[in-house]
Amino acid sequence: MKQLAPLTLTNGRLVLAAGEPQRGAVRCVDGRIVAVGPAVTAHDGDTVVDAGGALIAPGLVDLGVFAIDKPAFHFGGITRAALMPDSGSVLDKPSTVRFAAQSGKPDLWVHPLAAATKALAGRELAELAMMRDAGARAVATGRRWVADSGTMHRLLSYAAMLGLTVVVHAEDGGLTGNAVATAGEMATRLGLPSAPAEAEALAVARDLALAGLTGARVHFRQITTARALALVRAAKSRGMAVTAGVTPAHFMLSDTAIGDFRTFTRLSPPLRSAADRQAVLAALADGTIDVIASGHDPRGPEDKRLPFADAEPGMAGAEVLLPLTLGLVRDGVIDLPRAFQLLSANPAALLGVQAGTLAEGAEADLALIDPERPWIVDSNKMAAAAGNTPFDKQGVQGRVTALFKGGVKVG
Amino acid sequence: MHAAQSSVKKGETLIDTAMTLNSMRADAIVIRHASSGAVQLIAGKVDCPVLNAGDGQHEHPTQGLLDALTIRTAKGPEFARLKITICGDILHSRVARSNIHCLTTLGADVHVCAPPALMPADIEQLKVTPHYHFDTALKDADVVMMLRLQQERMEGQFIPSPREYRHLYGLTLDRLARAAPDALVMHPGPMNRGIEIDSNVADLPGRSLITRQVEMGVAIRMACLDVLTRKGRGVEGWA
Repeated sequence: MKQLAPLTLTNGRLVLAAGEPQRGAVRCVDGRIVAVGPAVTAHDGDTVVDAGGALIAPGLVDLGVFAIDKPAFHFGGITRAALMPDSGSVLDKPSTVRFAAQSGKPDLWVHPLAAATKALAGRELAELAMMRDAGARAVATGRRWVADSGTMHRLLSYAAMLGLTVVVHAEDGGLTGNAVATAGEMATRLGLPSAPAEAEALAVARDLALAGLTGARVHFRQITTARALALVRAAKSRGMAVTAGVTPAHFMLSDTAIGDFRTFTRLSPPLRSAADRQAVLAALADGTIDVIASGHDPRGPEDKRLPFADAEPGMAGAEVLLPLTLGLVRDGVIDLPRAFQLLSANPAALLGVQAGTLAEGAEADLALIDPERPWIVDSNKMAAAAGNTPFDKQGVQGRVTALFKGGVKVG
Repeated sequence: MHAAQSSVKKGETLIDTAMTLNSMRADAIVIRHASSGAVQLIAGKVDCPVLNAGDGQHEHPTQGLLDALTIRTAKGPEFARLKITICGDILHSRVARSNIHCLTTLGADVHVCAPPALMPADIEQLKVTPHYHFDTALKDADVVMMLRLQQERMEGQFIPSPREYRHLYGLTLDRLARAAPDALVMHPGPMNRGIEIDSNVADLPGRSLITRQVEMGVAIRMACLDVLTRKGRGVEGWA
């Protein structure tokens, strides 16, 4: 739906690029933000929404989801979602990319990530230029690692020429094999197939070397271990165009959470040691991690009500992305502006879309948020297509009270 | 019943199988399953007692109990005096895990021995001493428990060959001499004779407890079923 009348959100607390939230208003015309700040007022004829003191924040840009699950995204304040190429049918053709790019409009914009290789088999390059021109915002290797270094080298050099960021899954597949847990005391006690956490650092080291060689922009969708984070940190200090993401699972939980074989904690990469979790928190604080995403992957009982190693990995993460990130603010790990860089501004910049900030000229994707409102996550009552959350029955704070996509109220 | 004769083969899920068994109103269900945690999953869905007969690489509790009982019949109730060495594929062995839990709880000094590829990470957190070299693991051991090595693990991925495995980890009479003079030999069966254990060790009179393990297995499983079904049968007593 196109925005018909100008919209002004008044009496809010604006989440800006830096500093404490400022009292003020946002005015939107033709789907774009035209004015932001304490002095902004509604014009005659504007639709006026009184935010009632709530935070006015950019809508979340969720970088890397496995399903288009509108109710869950809207519940979580997500106005744009980058769709992974292995969500159902593989996004390895211009036609499927074009279809996916239209599938959420008007109230959710889906940014398809093109499959890096045909059928994501890791051997032959897919038609990346045609998929780019059909609407793919970046390229992704999907849930899998590209095992062949020669293929990865050709992929990165080609994507660099096309100006496409490559979103990488970083786990050395030879080392991980059929592992479903991180090697350590918990996996040993449970008798689960496991792989050393170093599988991640190995993959990151190789891909950084190839990125340096080709000049490609690489985004590691999830970095979850201290060693891999150290490699990313060092690459950034050398000035490399590398970025890293994580989901709340890896900053909230360690592998003790798999202790009762609960398959909602079966994730890829698997949950790590407590020390690695601390390293993720440190990397969020020092800027090594650029993006927090939901990894949204709703899975019903047929995929989850199975023995741990037989279950599919993944969690329904869209609804808890915002409150768990706000938890980092409350705990003093990051400040509020940085939270929205991680959730909105950075992923938007990575996808090359003019959104994710309260700036004049940006898309009017806005969320009104009550950051203190408490609620309890309940896997039986979720907006998502399935309730596979590892945070079931956990109390959280922060709730979206209204959402606007392109200046139009959602719902 | 066996999975091959049930609807498991036709794609019935584990939970559906459990619900079916539950509807038959069995007094107890005994389950062995190839996946770690599968028995716990079923136990949460049925009303009757469930006995874990081995789940994946996680636990085989009755084996742990029967091995402890076997050792007790031979060595007496003072486990704290005993050095017990478990050798073989510790990584993939539910028998090893249940024995570790049981024997360390009873106070025994438990040592485990395997090549690195078959040794689980952080195994010392289970209060055992890990070894790669069989001779050091065997030194002064009062009980030597050998584990079965699966055929498919001997063909290059984990172990170069069966004869190479025997070369490093086969329990021969010469090797047994490094253990305590009256050391006892155990094996949960079935054995690969000539690979992890030589026949003249497996059949050594007065030292091999392998047939007694089988005998104690019957006793322990009878006891477990008795204890688990007492409530249902209205019999007073434990559990």
